[in-house]
Amino acid sequence: MIENVSIYELLTLTTILFFIGLYGFLTRKNLITMLMAIELLLNTSVINFVVINKYLYPDVLQGVYFSIFIIAVAAAETALAISIIINLYRLRTSVDITETETMKY
Amino acid sequence: MEQVIFYIFAIIIVVMAIASVTSRKILRAVIYLLMSLLGIAALYFMMQYNFLGAVQMAVYAGGIIILFIFAVLLVHQIEGKLEEPSTGRKIGMAALSLFGLGITLVTIYSHKFTVVEASKDFDVKDIGRGLLGTGEGGFILPFEVISIILLAAMIGSIIIAKGQKKEVKK
Repeated sequence: MIENVSIYELLTLTTILFFIGLYGFLTRKNLITMLMAIELLLNTSVINFVVINKYLYPDVLQGVYFSIFIIAVAAAETALAISIIINLYRLRTSVDITETETMKY
Repeated sequence: MEQVIFYIFAIIIVVMAIASVTSRKILRAVIYLLMSLLGIAALYFMMQYNFLGAVQMAVYAGGIIILFIFAVLLVHQIEGKLEEPSTGRKIGMAALSLFGLGITLVTIYSHKFTVVEASKDFDVKDIGRGLLGTGEGGFILPFEVISIILLAAMIGSIIIAKGQKKEVKK
């Protein structure tokens, strides 16, 4: 653990980051910036796994394994989403969510 | 000393994250996100999870940010500013986020965590043994599933980004 830093401070930091990401996801209108907010959300969950592993169960590594899996899934998700966005741009010449409403209703 | 360094990194992470979700220039938003992710990697290094910090820097800073930059360049959004959300929407969403933040913080601070001192150190060898272990507590099955997911995502994104095939005239 980090000396003189309690688990509460770390969890406060991750909570603040999570809701910053949520705010970005709710206010942005561009698909790429929304995807960036999702990355922030996923990364805060990774920090939470690592912090809880380090502070509460320091003799096992399960949190680290889960973090590695979450990072791998996040990378796969980003690659897929960006390829979809590029294809969408080719079809619509826009990456704005207000213009992609074929599947809205 | 470590406390001071932690607070410096925490401030960097939070300020850069806020800049990343509010900046109206998209390429700058990507770079702010990169700074935030690097600060998180520094937190892993401070917690002595060196391998995880290296993975964070390689995958996020090296892979995902480059993907974002390529996407921004490919969709021609470097120049020009993003549309500003309406003030009412901003205030409403900020209030919603602050409400959720408050509830989560109250829940965290009302819970008593029993912090345990570490009795042994881990290195990369232990992580590898655990990830590829077939015995109790081994993670070989999820590891293989993740490799299939990565392969499927790779093939899928190639096929999607390639677009429709043009009709070949005979």
